[in-house]
Amino acid sequence: MIVALPLVIICVSAGIFFFFAGAVGFLRFPDFYSRMHATGKGDTFGILLCCIGLSMYNLAAHPSWQLGVVQSVKVLSIAVFWFLASPTATHALTRSAFVSGVKPWTRDGIPVREREEEEGAP
Amino acid sequence: MERFFLGAAIACCLIIFLTLYRAVFGPTVFDRIVGAGFVGTKTAVLLVLIGFIYKRLDMFVDLALVYSILNFIGTLIFSKYLVRGGTR
Repeated sequence: MIVALPLVIICVSAGIFFFFAGAVGFLRFPDFYSRMHATGKGDTFGILLCCIGLSMYNLAAHPSWQLGVVQSVKVLSIAVFWFLASPTATHALTRSAFVSGVKPWTRDGIPVREREEEEGAP
Repeated sequence: MERFFLGAAIACCLIIFLTLYRAVFGPTVFDRIVGAGFVGTKTAVLLVLIGFIYKRLDMFVDLALVYSILNFIGTLIFSKYLVRGGTR
């Protein structure tokens, strides 16, 4: 119990920090694709760290089978599920946005394909 | 330790309110979907934290699991449905 508590605090705080970083990137980045980049990474890593810390705390607080191990495995299964689901959802949303014609951001405002045609790139 | 969990839950709520700006005023419809999904991720963690605060984790962890699965399926269905503005 005494060994586990600092680890729990570090894991949950790091998870909240990654959530916050993802939220800041989601608010500040210029176009849809870079916002997806921020949220996909921040979300996945944040929920992984939070669930690892919370399952460690539950295992240390209830050293029994029904209340300790089973619930900790359930909390970890949330993390495993999000680790599979969040990149899938990010990929599907980004693909459907690209097919729908959402333009990527460039520094001078010219889309990437037209600039390649102007410069004669292959 | 309950105090730390309460602080983490309040931080999650503040991050949800930050994200709701993009979900309400997003320039494209995809930004709004991503905002809703982002809120769902925080809510799964928030439900587990509420389970620790109320000392009923065995009930709240099932709620968090079901909520995350429904959120994922909702995001996938929206992304399939809204290709080319729903015309295909």
